[in-house]
Amino acid sequence: MTGIPGLRGTGVVGHLCAAVMVIAAVVALAGSALSPHDANAISLSYSFVGPGGDHLFGFDGNGRDILSRLLVGARTAIAGPSIVVVLSMTVGTTIAVAAAWLGGRFDAISAIILDVLFAFPGILLAVIAAAVFGAGLQAASIALAIAYMPYIARVLRGAALRERAQQYIAALEVQGLAAWVICARHLVPNMIGLVVAQGTILFGFAMVDLAAISFIGLGVQAPQADWGVMVAGGQTGLLQGYPAESLSAGLAIIVVVIAVNVLGERLTERARGGTR
Amino acid sequence: MLRFLLQRLALLATTLVVASFAIYSALYAAPGNPIATLTGGRTPTPEAIAVLEARYHLNDPFLVRYWDWLVGALHGDLGVSIPLHQEVSTLIGERIGTTAALVAYAAVIILVVGVGLGILGALRPGAVDGAVIVFTTISAALPSFVASIVLLLVFAVNLGWFPAFGTGTGVVDGFRHLTLPACALALTSIALVARITRAAVRDELGREHVQTAISRGIPFPAVVRRHVLRNAAIPITTVAGLTIASLIALSSVVERAFALNGLGSYLVQAALSKDFAVVQGISLVLVVAFVVVNVIVDLLYATLDPRVALGSRAT
Repeated sequence: MTGIPGLRGTGVVGHLCAAVMVIAAVVALAGSALSPHDANAISLSYSFVGPGGDHLFGFDGNGRDILSRLLVGARTAIAGPSIVVVLSMTVGTTIAVAAAWLGGRFDAISAIILDVLFAFPGILLAVIAAAVFGAGLQAASIALAIAYMPYIARVLRGAALRERAQQYIAALEVQGLAAWVICARHLVPNMIGLVVAQGTILFGFAMVDLAAISFIGLGVQAPQADWGVMVAGGQTGLLQGYPAESLSAGLAIIVVVIAVNVLGERLTERARGGTR
Repeated sequence: MLRFLLQRLALLATTLVVASFAIYSALYAAPGNPIATLTGGRTPTPEAIAVLEARYHLNDPFLVRYWDWLVGALHGDLGVSIPLHQEVSTLIGERIGTTAALVAYAAVIILVVGVGLGILGALRPGAVDGAVIVFTTISAALPSFVASIVLLLVFAVNLGWFPAFGTGTGVVDGFRHLTLPACALALTSIALVARITRAAVRDELGREHVQTAISRGIPFPAVVRRHVLRNAAIPITTVAGLTIASLIALSSVVERAFALNGLGSYLVQAALSKDFAVVQGISLVLVVAFVVVNVIVDLLYATLDPRVALGSRAT
């Protein structure tokens, strides 16, 4: 089996996981167009009515169509972790490469800063961000990006150091190329496999954490449809014996997270095998 | 060893000073006017403003206020909640027991079940090992808040074995109330610890000294106890310690799900109502707890594996 170039060596399971992620991405982009009903239309006469007709998952406590809310809610559930991954990977890779390249004082100072950042668990940083900037997806995403950056920087610094010691880098230096050109054009592209693998794993962690932050009320704000918000919103119904909203949103999160994690593990194995 | 200890303690002190500064300045810089909060939106007279500013030290320079806060914190005084007119230390003291009990309960579950399952899987290949793998795969993918609602649904709503809400009164009742939250908090970590234990024990079983001990006819349980578990304890301690440290922040999610009146849920509530003194105080307590547990794990690791203290830090 040849497969898609970016997924080579991840097997059938890797391709399946990638397919789940593509579906999630499509729903995130086009969720409101795909949803059969208005996700925010409240009709209390349908409160907790079960599945029927084209309402495949039934209604929540406010009589809103659960399937429509799941499809619309995919947007924030996917967008949040994407912000975290982009921010965290950009800053983390830059610091890792700079620390590996410059060494000495810069390396030492960045190591201390990373050590201090390690003291802040992501969720705690997100709660502080919510207190300062107000609750919302943006503040939570930025807070998580800061909290995860040290982990990324630490892993990539090791990889950058190994790459830095390679002879082709020395050859490029002798040719008189500027340091940033060597890093941007040669060093980083050569560790891109590990960068992508780390980013994928980070996406899974960020998705769980952001959903948890929305669950406790500091992320995406109700009544906006979001998977984390739905798990929390459905809790009232759950205690009265109507678990559909909480469970379906929780299941959506779990399916995407498992797909992301398994693919991330396979990509990491491949990157480790390739660069050593 | 002494040098290693001093190094870790110096790093601990630096981290705590910088972290406390970051916590204080972030919330200091937050928008909002404490005078307006104090007077509840009424327009106070200039004299009243002056009195309030003096009482809450609102006119001192930033660094002086940070220093006062830090020195106060070292003496157990974390300032006053402006909306509630109560000592932050008192507010924290009323709730810290619930959170500490919850995290400790979850830690015991993680150690007993996680290490137990890991050893079981490694020593009994086949059906038992397969069952362990299936269980850890499922529980590893369950985020704590989803685990909370699933446990609520199964054990509180459908079976009615455990209460759905609250902290309860007395030791036995409190224990019952904390069981589901502790399980929800522990579930993901159980998977992590079980996997590491299983891998470490299998690794050790294949080592030459273990094979030699078995071939010399030493009873298998004794080999496992003396030769396998002792070496396997090194990675297990590290992973278990780090994952238990991470529960400290995660407790806020589970406390919200089960409506427990602990530090975590109160922190969330304070963040929503912008009660900055409380957010600062609880954040500081949680960061201190997190960092101290991490240092304890480091020291345990160095005790179990003396090579750590001698060599440079492994990354």
